[in-house]
Amino acid sequence: MIIDTDVVTLSRLQFAMTALYHFLFVPLTLGLVWMLAVMEAVYVMTGREVWKRMVQFWGVLFGINFAMGVATGVTMEFQFGMNWAYYSHYVGDIFGAPLAIEGLMAFFLEGTLVGVFFMGWDRISRVKHLLVTCFLALATSLSAVWILIANAWMQHPVGAAFNAQTMRMEVTSFSDVVFNPVAQAKFVHTVSGGYVLGSMFVLSISAWYLLRGRNVDFAKRSMTVAASFGLAAALSVVVLGDTSGYTVSQNQKMKLAAIEAMWHTEPAPAPFTLFGLPDVQERTTHLAVRIPWVMGLIGTHSTDETMPGIAELVDTAKGRIGEGVKAYDAMLMLRQDKNNTQAQATLAAHDQDMGYALLLKRYVDDPRKATPADIQKAADSTIPNVPVLFWAFRIMVGCGIYFIALFALAFWKASKRELTKHRWFLKLALWSLPLPWLAIEMGWIVAEYGRQPWAIEGVLPTALGVSSVSSGQVLTSIGGFVLFYTALAIVDVWLMLKFTRKGPDGLGIWPHNGTIATAGH
Amino acid sequence: MFDYATLRVIWWALLGTLFIGFAIMDGFDFGVAGLLKVLGRNNEERLVLIEGIEATWEGNQVWFILAGGATFAAWPMLYAVSFSGMYLAIFLVLLGFILRPVGFNFRGKVHDPRWASLWDWVLVASGVVVMLISGVAFGNLFLGLPFRFDDDLRMTWQGGLFDLLHPFALLAGLVSLSMLLAHGACWAALKADEVLAARAVKMARWLTLIYAVLYVTAGIWLGYRIPGYAISGAALVEGVSNPLFKQVALGGTWFASYLQYPLFWIAPALAFASAIGVQLLVGRRSVAGFIASSLMVGSTIASAGFALFPFLMPSSLDPRSSLTVWDASSSHGTLSLMLGATALFLPIVIIYTSWVYRVMRGRVTLAQIRAAHGGY
Repeated sequence: MIIDTDVVTLSRLQFAMTALYHFLFVPLTLGLVWMLAVMEAVYVMTGREVWKRMVQFWGVLFGINFAMGVATGVTMEFQFGMNWAYYSHYVGDIFGAPLAIEGLMAFFLEGTLVGVFFMGWDRISRVKHLLVTCFLALATSLSAVWILIANAWMQHPVGAAFNAQTMRMEVTSFSDVVFNPVAQAKFVHTVSGGYVLGSMFVLSISAWYLLRGRNVDFAKRSMTVAASFGLAAALSVVVLGDTSGYTVSQNQKMKLAAIEAMWHTEPAPAPFTLFGLPDVQERTTHLAVRIPWVMGLIGTHSTDETMPGIAELVDTAKGRIGEGVKAYDAMLMLRQDKNNTQAQATLAAHDQDMGYALLLKRYVDDPRKATPADIQKAADSTIPNVPVLFWAFRIMVGCGIYFIALFALAFWKASKRELTKHRWFLKLALWSLPLPWLAIEMGWIVAEYGRQPWAIEGVLPTALGVSSVSSGQVLTSIGGFVLFYTALAIVDVWLMLKFTRKGPDGLGIWPHNGTIATAGH
Repeated sequence: MFDYATLRVIWWALLGTLFIGFAIMDGFDFGVAGLLKVLGRNNEERLVLIEGIEATWEGNQVWFILAGGATFAAWPMLYAVSFSGMYLAIFLVLLGFILRPVGFNFRGKVHDPRWASLWDWVLVASGVVVMLISGVAFGNLFLGLPFRFDDDLRMTWQGGLFDLLHPFALLAGLVSLSMLLAHGACWAALKADEVLAARAVKMARWLTLIYAVLYVTAGIWLGYRIPGYAISGAALVEGVSNPLFKQVALGGTWFASYLQYPLFWIAPALAFASAIGVQLLVGRRSVAGFIASSLMVGSTIASAGFALFPFLMPSSLDPRSSLTVWDASSSHGTLSLMLGATALFLPIVIIYTSWVYRVMRGRVTLAQIRAAHGGY
């Protein structure tokens, strides 16, 4: 079997492009929908019209974004089968289930209720409409639960075992898959990230209205909701991001070492490198500015546990490749005679390392015939792209800390009722708008690019997961995605700007003079 | 709870149910979209048609997402082989699914006839492409598809987009297109303004007639000209999911399963009866007409699925590699678990979907559109 490296590269490129693009819209949906629910709850409780108008105005922007999220989400579901056929075969028994349950439990609810949210204002009672909005919000979060259970299994594949008869991984404990600790950390971290984005979106656009003196009452209230929601979310994303870091350190030591550019094991507790220029060739980090203890504390929650460095982890990988070849050999013997008890025992003893033997397939057709040089190459290939991870992680964390500061400031100003007092604050809020997107995309890179060369950590190398398609076919679909996604991005941004500029006043949702009595409805 | 063979049959039936659910629920949205420029002669009329599906198409589309997800979970090999093998065809379908949500949402956001017309064409194209290609893909299943597995169960495929365009497959595509357009017309007859509804009734009658002729032609063609596949010897219904452990013979007839299980004849008979039902009912009792077209859609797909049984996807390149109900499923554990999840959640889905349809019931009239949109 020969893997076409062009197809691998192009398939990875397409997946990264489409996933990063999809991930521009989904977190905003996740965050904005809960703010709509909060605003509508206030409306139902107080009966004050302004809160309903807030739901309707932010709802328009939510709707544009929601459509993009749905449209680009279909790609994700198609793409595993189209471009990652062997992956789909190899792990579909486990990976497919959470995706299907997501459809049944969450996306169905979301897709069915969204129409009533927009078109049902005059058809159902206020309380019923609020319930629709709350269930819509709940459904988006449930959706994230199942998608992240699937993703967490790629990071930390639990509850499954290799079956030589079917040449794939099969589920042994579904509850292990569902209650994967990585899934819980990822869910809270990702959803909080979405809440930060949703809050920033409302905060920034409201700040723009206040800078222009438009929709003042409307914008102030929106900003207050955004500030409180955003502060809670920003704290949760960082604090629970730490849990995420801790879980990573337990099962993805290589990813953590790469994030930290920790070329060799450091004495415990390891320092955190604040700044540095990781050098892949020399396997060292130039101009490193280090803070003692911090990394050890985050990674191990202790002062005496060491964290292995990259060189040491490569040695471990080399050992596991050797063990994996034994499993691979046993698997081939079982293919000849499935009742070979000796082979069954060997496979059972080493199947945890089977994936490491598959790493060799990039260099040699039959892993059993690998030379020490091949094994060295395969072991070296377990190092992800250190400089990219190093910087992506630092940008993400830097943004996270900034969000806490900004939302704390906004919260303080909102409680003192002086949101409009300083123009510099409003400008700061406005120009911070792109940062949550930046942080979220960096987070995706750390999680997914950082897992390379694995599609499923320790189980299936990404390069083996591809379909038997031609590079011409993948180029065609990439071309199509670039064309249509660019066009849609332009239309999306243009519509967002258009409706933001029009604003609640221009759309007739909120009267120009600010008093609700003349708004009529 | 169930043995492996029973679970596989249940999941075969559920796979059919989900695709039929998609075809019935989202089929009329695609049908209405495909007819948008023919049924709606001006912007106001097209708005009536769009408003008639706007509140519910999104939920309906989830039938497809779910059918895809369930195929991934319960029939991972079928998912992997079909999506990667028919790569470019699937990509075109995907584009249809990408453009539709934004088409619905963005169309009304700018009050300009050229803008509206652009998105109208996008909706028409996405509808026609999805309806046609789904049918062509289904038709190809009877012809066998050019794939084979190696010992690692890695699939290779020999052929491209144009190899899918066999005349029989194109006929199947037209069956799908005419059937779902008719179904869409039946929805418009139920939902749209009186003037439009009358036009839709006429359209539904013609389309159903075309569908019936094409369906019968396809049936005869299938019976006399297309060789069937059969598993040689006794099928290992409880066997492991590895297609290479069986032998397949080519040359029988695709009607073999109808001879073996005469109850299967209910499906084509019902398809034909429902087509007559549409003719009789669509003009007088539009709800009954829509139910008839739904039955027509469901039983047509069922009749094709029955003919294939126990095959899911035959291989023309290496018949042994064909995917069947007995050797392409997930493990026993995953099938059981997914059955439990489906049994729990699908009834809930049906309950809230019904509630939404009840909330959004009633015709969309031109007067409403004028009042709400001022023409756009």
